[in-house]
Amino acid sequence: METNPKVETTPASQRDPVDLETRDMMLNIGPAHPAMHGIIRLVAKLDGEKIEEVDVEVGYLHRGFEKMSEMVDYNGVIPYTDRLNYVSPLINNMGYCMAVEKLLGISVPERCQYVRVIMSEISRVSDHLTCVGATAMELGAFTVFLYMIKAREYLWDLVEKVTGARLTVTYCRVGGVKADLPEDFAEPCRKAFEETRKVIDEANGLLTRNRIFTDRMNGTGVISEKDAISYGITGPFLRASGGTFDVRKDCPYAVYEQLPFDVPVGTRGDNMDRYLVRMEEMEQSMRIVETALRDMPPGPVLVNPETGRPIPAAEMVDLAKVGNIAAVSGGCAVTGPTLEGSGRAQHPSIATDEKRVFLPPKEDAYGNIEGLMQQFKLVMHGHGVRPPKGEVYLPVEGANGELGFYVVSDGTGNAYRVRVRPPCFAIMSALPKLLKGGMMADMVPTFGSVNMIGGELDR
Amino acid sequence: MTDSFLIKSVTDQFPDAALASHAYRGDATVVLRRESLLEVARFLKEDPTTQMNFLMDLTAVDYSTFGKGPALAFFSSSGVSVRPTPEMPDQDPWPGPPDDARFAVLYHFYSTTHKHRLRLVVPVEEATPEVDSLTALWPGANWLEREAWDMFGVGFRGHPDLRRILMYEEFDGHPLRKDYPVNKRQPLIGPKN
Repeated sequence: METNPKVETTPASQRDPVDLETRDMMLNIGPAHPAMHGIIRLVAKLDGEKIEEVDVEVGYLHRGFEKMSEMVDYNGVIPYTDRLNYVSPLINNMGYCMAVEKLLGISVPERCQYVRVIMSEISRVSDHLTCVGATAMELGAFTVFLYMIKAREYLWDLVEKVTGARLTVTYCRVGGVKADLPEDFAEPCRKAFEETRKVIDEANGLLTRNRIFTDRMNGTGVISEKDAISYGITGPFLRASGGTFDVRKDCPYAVYEQLPFDVPVGTRGDNMDRYLVRMEEMEQSMRIVETALRDMPPGPVLVNPETGRPIPAAEMVDLAKVGNIAAVSGGCAVTGPTLEGSGRAQHPSIATDEKRVFLPPKEDAYGNIEGLMQQFKLVMHGHGVRPPKGEVYLPVEGANGELGFYVVSDGTGNAYRVRVRPPCFAIMSALPKLLKGGMMADMVPTFGSVNMIGGELDR
Repeated sequence: MTDSFLIKSVTDQFPDAALASHAYRGDATVVLRRESLLEVARFLKEDPTTQMNFLMDLTAVDYSTFGKGPALAFFSSSGVSVRPTPEMPDQDPWPGPPDDARFAVLYHFYSTTHKHRLRLVVPVEEATPEVDSLTALWPGANWLEREAWDMFGVGFRGHPDLRRILMYEEFDGHPLRKDYPVNKRQPLIGPKN
């Protein structure tokens, strides 16, 4: 942090001799500053401790996501989407894949939609945990941060069980997901939620009626519903101001229409309401996951009827190489955890049956010529997923608000244009308005409640 | 409120402004003449039947290499594009990119009252890449327009503060234009290529 005295003094002739000289101070915060979670620069003009003006400078994490997406094939974009909002990557995966599926005009099986919804709601909880924890830490409640990260750990264990990775999950595919949920997923899920609820209760006890916390959250960073909408603010930030817009309710996608949940709405639009909305949304997301796990259609039981166990992929390759097709047909291949999530196999109930879009199950690729051809056609350059010419926009509810993907296809194997509508871009553009007129110290909770994620803000 | 209603209300109100319209994959879209953008946007925002209070997204597309991509490998002639299934409405085929305009500036609107969405497409020629700014109607357009300027070099008339947003001031060119090489580097310190 460096201070930069600005020369804007009253000329000596006009100055009252007893008056003390005042001048505005320009304060440069960032790009790398311990009170900011992310690389961003604020240039504030201060009158004493009051913020008179603030200029927000973003772009330090710009990696050219949209340009890179034009260079790789449709499935190749998915790893890049992990790095947009890296706290809830599964929602980005889902949004992008659904946009391409809309462009292709295909739909995925119901079980796959449930799997995607479950994974994105788990991500939403972990995102809110991070946001609330980080905000509390910046206000001095370091314990809450550690508790919340502990709870996030339980959820990331779940994510790891399903996808094989914790952060860069790359779980969805155009036309499906890469592997089914583990056999007994409901049980670890129940345990993780039990622990998470305990942590949320603890945090609730530590924060919600805590004088130090509430004094700094109440009435700071206020924005009205009308202003929020005019800036394009969506998600928990808008709902804390009284807006009810939630993509899951208002423009339902996947199976959200069949799942009961409430949309918490605040009234005052200040930091406290945003905190309360996020706390309640975590509970609602867990409710969605629990209902979805109960209601989802079952997948097939995946064992080879002859041996009673799945065949590892490497073994299957060896069998197929020596021509022992009889031994592999009808079985299902299981790859290592790094390749195939939890080692689960691929099967029709979690992927579209459109053969020109989705890779065949491994047992087909290794075991019969049709599967091999399908695999070859999709993997070789110029043969992959090729949507017809067109353009689509598809919004999903990200953890920070409406996450939209706009995709243009020119009929080739690469997207012609991929555009993301990052939810926190709109919120950041309203940041000068939120901070202006407030105290310098209020900047910290307000900025915390924005939940700025550099990856999606700067792309 | 259906897509056709939205398209109809715009094309009826502004018969001279609308160049084309379609609802490809259920996304209601109106292609507009550049001059009437501000007028149509104000109508969409204020008319009680449309009430588009959200400017969800604003972006641009550079159509200069559309359909002119490098030839595919010789054996790929059999690669078929995917047939749409009946679940998705496809009565409205996609009319293709705007004819002789290099850029298209796109606006995605949403109404919380009527829960409908509309996309406006404004073709912009390369010679005068400029459209009217919507900052007076939606303050959120400020940053989105700065980004479109930064990435595509499309200007916005009446914008209060049109500077780069994601790239740095010294950056030369507009990276999302199709003629900007993907591997070109412009470091502030060190050798350039």
